[in-house]
Amino acid sequence: MYKLRKIRFSYLIWETFCMNASALAPMETMDPELRGMVERCLQEWEGREGNLIMILHEIQNRHGFVPREASLFLAEAMGIPMARIYEVLTFYHYFKLIAPGKHNLTVCNGTACYLKGSGRLLTELERRLSIKDGETTEDRMFHMESVRCIGCCGMAPAMVVDQKTFGKVAVTDVAGMIERIRLQEESDA
Amino acid sequence: MIATSVKAKINGLPVEVPVGTSILEAARSVQVEIPTLCKHRDLMPTAACGLCIVKVSNSRRLPRACATAIEEGMEVWTHDAELTRVRRTTLELILSNHPNACLTCGRNGDCELQGMAADFGIRQDCIPRYVRELEPDTSTGSIVMDFSKCIKCGRCIEVCQEKQNVWALSFLQRGIQTRMAPAGDISLSESPCIRCGQCSAHCPTGAIVENDETATVWEALRDPDKYCTVQIAPSVRVALGEAFGYPPGTDLTGKIYAVLRRLGFKAVFDTTFAADLTIIEEASEFVQRFVHGKGELPLITSCCPAWVDFMEKRYSDFLPNFSTAKSPQQMLGVMAKTYFAEQEGIDPARIYQVSVMPCTAKKYELERTDEMFASGHQDVDVVLTTRELARMIKQSGIAFKELADQEADSVLGTYSGAGVIFGATGGVMEAALRTAYHRITGKNLEKEAIDILPVRGLEGVRSATLNVAGNEVRVAVAHGLNHVETLLNQVRAARERNEEPPYHFIEVMACPGGCIGGGGQPYGVCDELRKQRIQGLMQSDAAMPLRFSHENPEIQTLYRDFLGEPLGEKAHKLLHTRYAARAAYKR
Ligand code: SF4
Ligand code: SF4
Ligand code: SF4
Ligand code: FES
Repeated sequence: MYKLRKIRFSYLIWETFCMNASALAPMETMDPELRGMVERCLQEWEGREGNLIMILHEIQNRHGFVPREASLFLAEAMGIPMARIYEVLTFYHYFKLIAPGKHNLTVCNGTACYLKGSGRLLTELERRLSIKDGETTEDRMFHMESVRCIGCCGMAPAMVVDQKTFGKVAVTDVAGMIERIRLQEESDA
Repeated sequence: MIATSVKAKINGLPVEVPVGTSILEAARSVQVEIPTLCKHRDLMPTAACGLCIVKVSNSRRLPRACATAIEEGMEVWTHDAELTRVRRTTLELILSNHPNACLTCGRNGDCELQGMAADFGIRQDCIPRYVRELEPDTSTGSIVMDFSKCIKCGRCIEVCQEKQNVWALSFLQRGIQTRMAPAGDISLSESPCIRCGQCSAHCPTGAIVENDETATVWEALRDPDKYCTVQIAPSVRVALGEAFGYPPGTDLTGKIYAVLRRLGFKAVFDTTFAADLTIIEEASEFVQRFVHGKGELPLITSCCPAWVDFMEKRYSDFLPNFSTAKSPQQMLGVMAKTYFAEQEGIDPARIYQVSVMPCTAKKYELERTDEMFASGHQDVDVVLTTRELARMIKQSGIAFKELADQEADSVLGTYSGAGVIFGATGGVMEAALRTAYHRITGKNLEKEAIDILPVRGLEGVRSATLNVAGNEVRVAVAHGLNHVETLLNQVRAARERNEEPPYHFIEVMACPGGCIGGGGQPYGVCDELRKQRIQGLMQSDAAMPLRFSHENPEIQTLYRDFLGEPLGEKAHKLLHTRYAARAAYKR
């Protein structure tokens, strides 16, 4: 109970701050480039409610994901509740809400791979990268994900690293995969 | 000729109902109750739970009674061995995704899901349990959402989106992953949620409940250094009884005063007194704007904190139209810690002010702005909803029903019938008009005209034109926030065309039915119940000799001895507040 009241107090401070800053909307801090892009998408699709999915597609195609500010902007511009936009965004697996990682590590979790120990590969990745399945590292360098069968059952357990498929992956291979990418990034930088 | 009614048979009983009636409703007309979990009487069917399946003569499928219209000549069977078996399995499936947590749940003993499990005699888990562990959302301080207890019936979303037009809740993801969540997957306090609690009042389970603060109040009552005082809102008196088996609408004011004293409160006040005070200030404001042209018209009422929050987030172009008078709860709080403290010689720092409200948003109002600390302390320390007070009484071992009636404590206890009806939609308008009429004409309304009937009722928007000393006063009343937009758009349109506003005075209450239908009231709300509670308030008003706020003798003394003039300097400092635009989304 004490905790709750404390939260409420800090909330009050936040509210007061908001009132002074005359209702600072998250949208107002939006990157102008992103804003221009979203505006162009809106123009192309005439900003009609029926076109919401197409507009969201377009934003993701051009930007790699649909940032929160873009959704807030759309909600305002199209007069669609933000709740509705997020219903659509989370309904389709296709849409990404945060910037994807630069390097994608995908573990196949189809039946064959599962039986051959893909679970252990996942655990090892989670441990090495300190993130969970479906998450991206804080530096946005790595994204990991388990997927349904990728059709390489003959080489189970399989992984896809940046579009390249690896078969018969051993738990001990994982550290090396991550390290190679890191070294590559460092020498590029 | 188009037929307007259909004839059919339910369990062999003939029924005749209007075209379009659902099988569920038709069955009710012949006293047959089909089990339901997701369908709520107020809301459109979501057909999510599958418990209401029935057999019909023209199909081999088992249609859902809540979402299927009965047809001419149809024969329906609602209960047999097979239907019971299918329903039982459906229920077991729902329970398999639900934590076995009744003993520690806010709905224990008053839960539709628990009740259904009891009715079906569920004695063991037949299907392995899979519950999604998600952190409860406690961010608002008004309501607590425990997603793991959600059965995905969709009622809260229907209420929040369609009835309240707030869109703070939605379903995210799909399939087994589906979850009810604040819009855009953030915490509720960062969403447009206005804390009205209507979602909690409609939820069939413990997935959304009020933030229970009874422990805080017990602690205060047991603290010898604190001088605990309490106020009860108008609408609490006609609803609390439901938790003790009284019919809805029974006015239990005297018993509530008695039980509050027994619980240990040193002084028992009535928010209705402060409702009279709000009326004096608000009616004066109205006269100032209407007669003297000082300030924007229409004047819009502001005693509902959920509505205030909504206006600040959504309709900030109406900021200047809002009455700056504080809500009765806050007025009583500040009077207790200034006027009462002064009169009784008590250090206001020792006073601990609890208020019993029908409303979860009132918990938020306590710290809304600096003006809620006008006494130099937090004017009201904690809010209990009606449901929480019922819980405290049951815990206390006091035989509530046997208590003899008592009176409230004076200086902040006497009230008029005008204050009582504050709790019903249209009541604030009616009370304010009774006093405004007196302010403008110098006379009271005739006895037959005291009940201002056109503003009463349960339609979403009601309007009326009244003749006050030859002047036309146009008023409108809205309740349930989905009804506000049309009203405000009319005003906007007139504003754009530089015309006279279509209304001079608008009352808005966020909850359907007004405070009697508040998000913190006993469960089971539907229009039938709302009518009974409103009836209770109207009867109490009609039975009172005192029907005008401006005739309340304690209010008159308060102005004479302490406040000075309505809208005067002291009144302004203690009884008024400000509003500011806010972002609907914090993130
Ligand atoms: S919601 Fe109902 S069934 Fe679920 S734990 Fe609470 S009381 Fe029990
Ligand atoms: S409290 Fe009201 S606004 Fe908030 S989620 Fe519930 S119904 Fe919506
Ligand atoms: S929170 Fe309650 S009302 Fe909302 S979907 Fe879940 S069970 Fe239904
Ligand atoms: S009550 Fe009809 S499907 Fe739930």
